[in-house]
Amino acid sequence: MSAPLLSVEDLRVSFPTPTGRVEVVKGLSFDLGRERLGIVGESGSGKSMTGRAILRLVRAPGRVEARRLEFEGTEIQSLSERKMRDLRGARISMIMQDPKFSLNPVMTVGRQIAEALQAHERLDRRATRARVLEMLEAVRINEPERVAKMYPHEISGGMGQRVMIAMMLIPRPSLLIADEPTSALDVSVQAQVLDLIDELVRDHGMGLILISHDLNLVSRYCDRIMVMNAGRVVESCAAADLRHAEHPYTRGLLAAVPRMHETRDSLPVLDRSDWSGT
Amino acid sequence: MSAISLSDLDISYGSAKVVEGVSFDVAEGESFALVGESGSGKSTVLKAIAGLAPDWTGGMSVLGQPRGHRPDRGFARRCQMVFQDPYGSLHPRKTVDTVLSEPLQVHGLGNRDARVEEMLRAVGLDRRFRFRYPHQLSGGQRQRVAIARALMLEPKVMLLDEPTSALDVSVQAEILNLLKRLRAEQGLTYLMVTHNLPVVGFMCDRMAVMNRGRVVEIAPATALHDGSFADPYSRALYAASGGTAHD
Repeated sequence: MSAPLLSVEDLRVSFPTPTGRVEVVKGLSFDLGRERLGIVGESGSGKSMTGRAILRLVRAPGRVEARRLEFEGTEIQSLSERKMRDLRGARISMIMQDPKFSLNPVMTVGRQIAEALQAHERLDRRATRARVLEMLEAVRINEPERVAKMYPHEISGGMGQRVMIAMMLIPRPSLLIADEPTSALDVSVQAQVLDLIDELVRDHGMGLILISHDLNLVSRYCDRIMVMNAGRVVESCAAADLRHAEHPYTRGLLAAVPRMHETRDSLPVLDRSDWSGT
Repeated sequence: MSAISLSDLDISYGSAKVVEGVSFDVAEGESFALVGESGSGKSTVLKAIAGLAPDWTGGMSVLGQPRGHRPDRGFARRCQMVFQDPYGSLHPRKTVDTVLSEPLQVHGLGNRDARVEEMLRAVGLDRRFRFRYPHQLSGGQRQRVAIARALMLEPKVMLLDEPTSALDVSVQAEILNLLKRLRAEQGLTYLMVTHNLPVVGFMCDRMAVMNRGRVVEIAPATALHDGSFADPYSRALYAASGGTAHD
């Protein structure tokens, strides 16, 4: 593999509590090339905080420390806030969970996407408009001209998430972080949105970090998987090898999901004493 | 006698008709699922049965008693509902104890202390949770409280609106096991709304597939094993959920 797109070494995120600082990410290290990495874990495992730390979106009193946090060869931690703003969106962008809360309700869809583009590139109005419509078409929205004039409340959840994707991809970033991009969507729409992200990531040769609690979903759309528990990576493997995962936590997560051909009388529940201390 | 019987039910919100001509029967002790995408009207059906969507026409009866349009105190003893989001459905300023005692108080039932203790045990919560507030509980614990609250009046029919979709898979497994055990122990009837077909396979005997306010198909849960759905929409939903049909 060529030089990694993103290189993280010993990443730690902590928050103060009345009983001292608590680390929610405890020394995470990984390298990401132009590939698709899945981060899986339960609520509170630190998976979302990892995504936010990479974009330096963890606000005080939260604290991020890392021995190294390099993106395309640049140390992110030492960048000024202004440089960081240029990086966010343009080079690394992030798709959030729920389009309902992430889109501006009083701005048309077209204007919001244009705004994302104008923040990073100087283009005249006609060129901007052309790029916006082209992008809306790329995320498979029929009649992009009509949709561009609509407000977020007038479009469905799946469409909203596609608009979010359009907004995130229009500055042509090289790394996309998707934090539970489909958990607010219907199953039938989930597959469409993920296929779309997958296709765009491949076509543009981008890196993808897909954060989710759904192991099966991540194994379908990623090359490599990291399983997190309580701020640590407990297992890291190729997506194809997930079935042969060895760590009891990973196996527990896999077994807890009801299957389509379900015949079990009760679902195995995670016995949390199994791996504590490992 | 069927536990829930709907005949030709239409439900509207204002001028918009969101459910049209829904009819099905749920037998006593059965676990029946309503599946479909958002906006298909599946939650609205539950709301209408619970009396939260009063603008309906057609026939509804629960345990043989016809459901009217007015609030019905007796109905609450027979049928209760558990909502999707345990973060939104519990009163933030009431302790678990208050939440669980309230239904007993409203219905003038005594022996509250013992009943609350017993119910906490039934849903697998330690007694130390009794005087906590919702914000001191995890999502799974809150959903256990919500289930306990619904069971306080010892109803025979439970309406479950996506009871696990806000939870992690590992917690979902715990809650699904709990619901399954409670049904077996107390002889409950479940009418459950979900968009997760594998959950239906685990929990339910039959399902009705809804699309655009109508029931397009009623199928046994075993249809999930081989994909033997008759309606094209049900097949599409099955395929989108990762099911593969064996012909």
